[in-house]
Amino acid sequence: MIGAVVAQVGGPVAPIDTPRVVWHALTPLLVLLGGAVVLVVVASLRPRRPRIGWHAIVTILVALGAIGAVVPLWRDVHRNGPFSVMADAVGVDGFSLFLTVVICASVVIAALLLDGYLRRESLEGPEAYVLLLLSASGGVIMAGANDLIVMFLGLEVLSISVYVLAGLHLRRLRSGEAALKYFLLGAFSSAFFLYGIALVYGATGSTNLVRIADFFARNTLSDERLLLAGIALLLVGFGFKVAAVPFHTWTPDVYQGSPSPVVAYMATGVKAAGFAGLIRVFVLALGPYRLDWQPVVYWLAILTMVVGAVLAVVQTDVKRMLAYSSINHAGFILVGVQAATRRGVSSALFYLAAYLFMVGGSFGIVTLLGRRGDGRHRLADYEGMGRRHPVLSMLFAVFLLAQAGTPLTGGFLAKFYVVQAAVEARSFWLALAAMVTAVISAFLYLRIILAMYAGGDADEEASTSEAAPPGRLRVPPMARLALAIALIGTVGIGLVPGPLTRTARDATPALVSGGR
Amino acid sequence: MSALALVGATAAAAANAATSATSASAANAATSAADASPQFPVLTALVVLPAVGALVTGLVSRRRPEAARQVAVLFAVLTGALSIGALVLFKTGTPGFQLVDKATWIKDLDISWFLGIDGISLFLVVLTGVLFPIAMLGGIPHHDEKPFYAWLLMLEAGCMGVFLALDLFVFFVMFEIVLVPMYFLIAGWGYERRRYAAIKFFLYTMLGSAFMLVGLVATAVLYQRAGHPLTFNLVTIATNQGSIATTTARWLFLSFAVAFAVKVPVFPLHTWLPDAHTQAPTAGSVILAGVMLKLGTYGFLRFGLYLFPEAATWFAPAMVTLGVIGIIYGAVAAAMQRDLKRLIAYSSVAHLGFIVLGTFAITTQGLEGGVLQMVNHGISTGALFLLVGMIYERRHTRAIAELRGLQRAAPIFAAVFTVVMMSSIGVPGLNGFVGEFLTLLGAFLTRRWWAVVGATGVIVAALYLLWAYQRVFHGKLDDANADFGELRLREGLVLAPLLGIIVFLGVYPKPVLDRIEPSVKALVAQVENNGGQRQPPVATTGTSAREGTFVRGERKGAGG
Repeated sequence: MIGAVVAQVGGPVAPIDTPRVVWHALTPLLVLLGGAVVLVVVASLRPRRPRIGWHAIVTILVALGAIGAVVPLWRDVHRNGPFSVMADAVGVDGFSLFLTVVICASVVIAALLLDGYLRRESLEGPEAYVLLLLSASGGVIMAGANDLIVMFLGLEVLSISVYVLAGLHLRRLRSGEAALKYFLLGAFSSAFFLYGIALVYGATGSTNLVRIADFFARNTLSDERLLLAGIALLLVGFGFKVAAVPFHTWTPDVYQGSPSPVVAYMATGVKAAGFAGLIRVFVLALGPYRLDWQPVVYWLAILTMVVGAVLAVVQTDVKRMLAYSSINHAGFILVGVQAATRRGVSSALFYLAAYLFMVGGSFGIVTLLGRRGDGRHRLADYEGMGRRHPVLSMLFAVFLLAQAGTPLTGGFLAKFYVVQAAVEARSFWLALAAMVTAVISAFLYLRIILAMYAGGDADEEASTSEAAPPGRLRVPPMARLALAIALIGTVGIGLVPGPLTRTARDATPALVSGGR
Repeated sequence: MSALALVGATAAAAANAATSATSASAANAATSAADASPQFPVLTALVVLPAVGALVTGLVSRRRPEAARQVAVLFAVLTGALSIGALVLFKTGTPGFQLVDKATWIKDLDISWFLGIDGISLFLVVLTGVLFPIAMLGGIPHHDEKPFYAWLLMLEAGCMGVFLALDLFVFFVMFEIVLVPMYFLIAGWGYERRRYAAIKFFLYTMLGSAFMLVGLVATAVLYQRAGHPLTFNLVTIATNQGSIATTTARWLFLSFAVAFAVKVPVFPLHTWLPDAHTQAPTAGSVILAGVMLKLGTYGFLRFGLYLFPEAATWFAPAMVTLGVIGIIYGAVAAAMQRDLKRLIAYSSVAHLGFIVLGTFAITTQGLEGGVLQMVNHGISTGALFLLVGMIYERRHTRAIAELRGLQRAAPIFAAVFTVVMMSSIGVPGLNGFVGEFLTLLGAFLTRRWWAVVGATGVIVAALYLLWAYQRVFHGKLDDANADFGELRLREGLVLAPLLGIIVFLGVYPKPVLDRIEPSVKALVAQVENNGGQRQPPVATTGTSAREGTFVRGERKGAGG
C-alpha cells in the first residue's frame, strides 16, 4: 500500500529488490531473539518472584536450543562448504558456528550463576535473562557478520545489553558506576569503530567484507592513507571490546563493580564476540594488508600480556585481579590472531573455548564467595577458605591453576596451541614473551591459592579481624551445576583434547559470496 | 578401606588394558626390545597407580587420617614393587628403550602417550619407587594427613612420568605438573617462611619451563618444516638428526637448558633451592632433593645430549664450568650455614655440580658416574634430610649452634648419621665414592683442569660435613639436648633400606653399572656420530680401551 502511495506521489518506481532470506541459516540467531521476546512477554504476565527459577531454565533451554540449531548447519558447512546469506551480509562458516556455540555456552553458565545470585540479592526478575539473550544474539550476529554495518549492528546489540547488565545491581553504587563507565567508554569506542567503517568504505567503496576482499584482489591502492586510518580506527573499536591494552582501562573497574555472574559472561561471551569480529575483519577481509596491521597487533599483544600480568600482581581485590588476568588472556588470544594463519585462528578459537570454562568457573566461585551484597572480594576475605569451604577452594584452585596454564587442564593446551601458532609464524620472541607473562600472572593465581590455603601475607592479616566470618555458605543447585560444567570442561579438555582440537581446526573462517 | 583400594586397583587395570591394546603396534617404533614387550604395561602402571592412589586417598573420610595414611603407603609400596618389577624385567646389555607403551593422545599433532625405559632412566625410576614410601613413612605431617599423602602420590606419578616419557609433549606435561603438588606440600606443611619458599620455587621452575615450552614447540615445528610429518616423538626427532640447522639447534638446546638448569639447579639459577629445601616438610625435602633435582639432570641427558648432540657439545665447556662453579660455591656456602637443613640443601648444589660435570664431559665414565651419582645423591641426601627431620622432631630447632653432644645421648642415631654423611662425602666403600670417582675420571679425560678443580670439592665436602658433625654430635651434652631420644625402631626401619643401598652400591656397583653402560655408550655414540666431540679411546671400556694408553712407539713394537 505504501508502494502505491509512493507511486502516486513520485511517479512510477521500480520495486526494491530485497534479498532472499534463507531462514534456516539464521536459526541460532532466531532462536535466541525469539527466546528473549517470549521470555519478556510471558514473564510480564507471571508473578514477580517465582519459587522455581524458571527464568533461568527458559534462558538455558533457549541457549541450548541455539546450540542444537548449530548442529545441522555445522554438518551442512562441513559437507558443502561455507556460504553467505542475506545478500552476503551474513556468512555461515565453521568459524561463526563455533563461536555461536561458545557464546551460547557462556550464556548457559551465566544464567546458572545468575539464578542464585539474583535470589541472594533480592533482585529477581526476567530482565537480566532477557538482556543476556539479547546480548548473546548480538554476539552471534558479530560472529557471522560479513558486512561492517551488520558487524556494527551486532556490536551495539551486544554492548547496550551488557551496559545495562553491568548496572543490574540496583542497590550497589559500584554497579551503577561500572555501568556508566562502561557505557561512556563503550560509546566512544563505537564511535571510533563507526568512523573506521566510514573510512574503509571511502577507501574501498564497500562495507561488505566479501567485496572488500574482492576489491583488494583486483586493485592496488595508490594512496593507502585513508584505508590505513580506517584499519587503525577499527582496531581501536575491537581493542576496546576485547580489552586490549591500551584500550583496557575500563576493565578492572567494570569487572569489579558489575554483578559477578555478569562478569562471567563479559569475560567469556563478550570477549568471544569481540575476537570473532576482529578475526573476521582483520584476518579475512584485511588479510592482504596484514603486513601493515600485524606489527601493530604484535605490540598490542605484548603490551596486553605484560600490562595484564604485571598490574594483576599488585591488586588486592580478587575481582580486579581476575580482571587484569583476563586482559592477560586477551593478549594470548591476540598472539593467535597476530599469526594470521589458519593455525592461528584455530588456536584463538581453542583458547576462547577453553577459557570459557575456567573463567566461567572462577567467576562462579567469586559469585558464591561474594556473599550477600557481592562485596567480599578482598584478598583478605579469601583467607582460610581452604579450611572453611574445602570443595569450593579446591575447585577455585583448579580453575586458577588452569588459567596459569598447568598441564592436564584446558588452560595449558590453549597456551600450547597459541605458542605453536606463533612459532609457526616465526614469531619466536612473541611466543617467549607470552610464556614469560604467563609466569608473572601465575604469581597472582598462586597468591590467591596461598591466601585460601596458607593464610595471607602478614600485613593483610591485620584487616581480617574486623568482620566476623559470615554464616554457612549456601551453594544453590544451579550454581553447583555451573561449577560442575566448568570443572568438567576445564579438566576434560586437558585430558581429552582431541575433539575440541579437531573442531577448532575445522572451524575455519571463510569469506564467500552467495552459496545456497 | 581395602574395598576402596580394590576399586582403585581395578580402575588402574582398566586404564592399563586400554593402553596395552595399542602398545603392541607401537613397540616396534624405535626399540630393539620390541618382541620383549610384555602384556602388562608396567610403565603406564607406574604412572597411573600413584595417580589412582592419590584419588583413592582423597576419597577417604577426613576423620580417619590413619586410614588415609595406610592407603597412601600401600599405593606407594605397590608402586615401589612395580618399579622393582621393571628392574627385573629390564634386559641387561641392550641400549634401546624397553617395555615401551604407546597410545595416541592428540592425533592431529602426533602426540602420544609414549613411555619407555633404558639404562639411564631405569635406576631413577627405581629410586623414585623406593624413596616415596620411605619419605611417607619417615616424614609424618602434623595436620591434614589426607591431602598431604594425596599430594605426595600425585607427585610420584608426575616424577615417574618425567623419567618415562619419550614424547616431548608428555615430558613437558609431567615436568610441569610436578610443580603443583610440591607447591602445595611446601605451602601447606612447611616451616615459617613456607609461603615465600613455595611461590619462589613455583615461579623459578615455571620460568624455566616457559623457555622450554617455546623451544619444544619450535623443535617440533622446525622438524616438520624440514619435510617430516609433524610429531612430538622424541625418538623420531632425535634419530633424524640434521633436520634442524646447527645454529637453530643451539638456540633450542639453550631453551631446554634453562629449564633444566633451574631444576638441577646449576649455579646462577640455584637460589630457589635453599629456601625450598629448608622450608619444605621432611617428606617434601626428601623428595625434592632425592627425586626432583634429578628431573633436571635427567633432562640434560635425554633432551640435551640425546636430542641436540652437537649443541650439547658446543655448550659443554660452559656447562662444565658452571658445574665446577656449583661444586665449589655449593661447598663453600654449605660450610657457612648455621641451619643444618640449609647446610644439606647447599651440599645438594655441590653434588649436582658433580653430576653436571660428569654429564657434559661426554665420556662413558663421566656419564655413568653422573647417572650413578644421581641415584647416590637421592639416597644419601634423602637419608640426611630424614635424619635432620628426626632431629627437628626432637629438638624443634635446626640451628647447629643449639645442638651439641648428641652422640652421647643417642649413639645409634649418631652412627647412622655418620654412615650417611660418609656416603655423602664420598668415602670409599660407600656409594658416593663410586659415583664421584667415575665422574671425575670421565671429566679428567676430556676436561682435565675442570676435574682437578672439581676434585677439591670433595675435600671441601668432607670439611663442611665433618665440621657440622663435630658441632652437633661431639662436645659436652648440655641440658637442652640431654633428653635427645635414641633412634626408634620405626625410624630405624625407615632408614634401613637406604643404609643397605648405600653399602651395597659402594661395595658392588657392578650390577647397576652393567645396566647403565649400554645406554650410556649409545648416548656417547649419538653425540659422536652427530658432529660432536670424540671421546679419547681410553674412555671406552672393553678390549679396545687399552689402545688409547699406548704410546705410538709401543703400539708399533707390539705390532712388529
